[in-house]
Amino acid sequence: MSNAQLEIQLIASLVAVACAIPGTFLVLRKMAMISDAISHSILPGIVVGFFVTQDLNSPLLILLAALTGIVTVVLVEYIQKTGLVKEDTAIGLVFPAMFSIGVILIAKNANDVHLDVDAVLLGELAFAPFDRLLIAETDVGPKSLWVVGTILLITITLLILFFKELKISTFDKGLAASLGFSPAIIHYGLMSVASVTTVGSFDAVGAILVVALMIAPAAAAYLLTTDLKKMLALAIGFGIFSAIFGYWVAHWLDASIAGSITTVLGLVFLLVYLFAPSKGVIAVMYREKQQRTEVSLLTFLLHLKNHDELEERHVNHLREHINWQKVRAKTVLDLAKKNNMIHIEKNIVSLTKKGDEFTSKAIDYIMTNEDAQIEDMKDDFFLFRG
Amino acid sequence: MDITEYIKLVFTDYTLRTITLGTAILGAVTGMLGSFAVLRKQSLLGDAISHAALPGIAIAFLITGAKDSNTLLIGALISGLIGTFWIRGIVTKTHLKSDTALGLILSLFFGFGMLLLTFIQKQPNANQAGLDKYLFGQAATLVESDVWLMAIVTGLCLIVMLTFWKEFKILLFDADYTQTLGFNTKFIDILITTFIVLAIVLGLQTVGVVLMSAMLLAPAAAARQWTNSLSVMVFLAALFGAFSGVFGTAISASQNNLSTGPVIVLVAGVFVMFSFIFSPSRGLLFKQIRFIKNRRDLELHKTLAFMHHIAETHEDISHPHAIKLLNNFQGYTRSTLQKLVDKDYVQLNGNMWSLTKTGFETAANLYTKQSTEDE
Repeated sequence: MSNAQLEIQLIASLVAVACAIPGTFLVLRKMAMISDAISHSILPGIVVGFFVTQDLNSPLLILLAALTGIVTVVLVEYIQKTGLVKEDTAIGLVFPAMFSIGVILIAKNANDVHLDVDAVLLGELAFAPFDRLLIAETDVGPKSLWVVGTILLITITLLILFFKELKISTFDKGLAASLGFSPAIIHYGLMSVASVTTVGSFDAVGAILVVALMIAPAAAAYLLTTDLKKMLALAIGFGIFSAIFGYWVAHWLDASIAGSITTVLGLVFLLVYLFAPSKGVIAVMYREKQQRTEVSLLTFLLHLKNHDELEERHVNHLREHINWQKVRAKTVLDLAKKNNMIHIEKNIVSLTKKGDEFTSKAIDYIMTNEDAQIEDMKDDFFLFRG
Repeated sequence: MDITEYIKLVFTDYTLRTITLGTAILGAVTGMLGSFAVLRKQSLLGDAISHAALPGIAIAFLITGAKDSNTLLIGALISGLIGTFWIRGIVTKTHLKSDTALGLILSLFFGFGMLLLTFIQKQPNANQAGLDKYLFGQAATLVESDVWLMAIVTGLCLIVMLTFWKEFKILLFDADYTQTLGFNTKFIDILITTFIVLAIVLGLQTVGVVLMSAMLLAPAAAARQWTNSLSVMVFLAALFGAFSGVFGTAISASQNNLSTGPVIVLVAGVFVMFSFIFSPSRGLLFKQIRFIKNRRDLELHKTLAFMHHIAETHEDISHPHAIKLLNNFQGYTRSTLQKLVDKDYVQLNGNMWSLTKTGFETAANLYTKQSTEDE
């Protein structure tokens, strides 16, 4: 591994961490699309900043562009407040307009600006190590490493200092306000950090892929845990993993590094989405199927309890009576038998003592409108779940 | 170039005519379908879909190796639809909210598309140049067959919309009711969504992935301000969209180095801004005027009530009182007093005022009856 490769991976990882932290809060606050809006609308800020400073890594440019991001947020909120359109429409109106202004500014000055729109959208991580920061003629590393590193340091400091405030205002705005934390300051603080991070990272990963780095790790982490600290840690972990693994995929395919980092992020999210233990799609579908069977079982047991007549409890009759398919009837019967709820004698089904007790309790809960309690009761009675 | 010359050119010049016609049709169809997206609160769906279409374009190119725009559009359509249904899957199956789902699909698909595009660019195949025009769109590459395709899709869209108008409308405003009436809501829903995706995909070549969402939203958001009727809104949105296309093309054609897509978006933005400010019923300007007028009316009422209060204590209601009496009262200004005189509620005599008979009666009934007429 050459020095340049190491530096690229280091920059990518730092960007991933810097994005994952504000990203986690954006996802939790249901403001993920704001990051998309910011990432697009900083373009005019970057272009104007570039006219002034002629250097993509200058702090002035970053501040100017971040300011455009905040202006976007304020504008979206203003339009939303007029009540003329909904919030999502407001976002969708503001950022394409800002982005258009940026694109036109670039196109009109194409001859003087070494900035093309593709680079803004995609970034070029591969060239990052060639733009060195020289202090007193000594080479101290790539410029973007310093830029991203500084932003990350500020983000982490702010996170540690205001962790409690952020946490409370994210989960309970009313409580935060009543405890005296200004929701507005925290809101705009977070927006500022998101803007600055977006601007600082756009050079490396491009404007749109910043959005991926912000949202995808946080969303994947959110499917795995409900603890904020764990979620932050997981998001950072996913981010770093994708950054490094993505780099090597790009190396192997000879394609865009930012694109492959995002692709890896996409795969990570897809895996989590499918296989997350309790919130993944497969787990959810399995649970839904289990619940369907268990509800059927309960219906079946209630039916048994209501009827003493032998003919009502005949296996074949049940199938006709409750109108189940053959397979479904068999699943339910097997489950009931496995759990010792019923016993079958000469094709006549009757409740066991345990089945009877379960059913009586269930009826009690249903009559008192506490259906939710049945779910807990199942743990006591069921040896096997549906 | 002056305007008449330009209009002449539109009719004679092949390229300009094609582009103008293409952007106008595109604006009309996106405006029409955008109305549904805006009213269904799916404004940002357009943004997500247009980004999600990118990998489809790249994969279609990888498979066929040709740059035929119809094949690429089919690829875009398929990946756009996959993106849309995945967003639905995320929202319904997990606890992630719709904004997260949109942002995820948008950025992940786009990133994957960029990976494929850069991968294609490194391939030893001379044909690949120009795929990146789908990022920002290049209206200049429109040819007559593209415009025909747009026109056909727009026609199809119109036919379907008119056939299912009632269903679309009822689903839009009351989905539960639609279901109870026995309509297949899932089918109608998929139909609308598919057409929205189709309209977005059509626009990719002209305005590009990034700005497509504005084409969908802006005309609809502008049209919404002028009416409360769905049919009028759809019609207006189509009109605004078409005009954005025509004006945008004209502006970008009249200058060097102006790409058409961003200019069209900005023109549409101007339409939105104009509608926000000047719409008679919802616009900010008239709202402010109404607000000020209401405040004046209230002041007028307060003055009149105060006068009534004083006049009540005298046997003769027209007994004159000094204007000074009113001075330390809040609602009073010279102009409100003058207004009361104009309305014949009050008579002025030097520094003295007195209520007239009508004035006294109006004031007495001010708070007892609901007065609907504007004072």
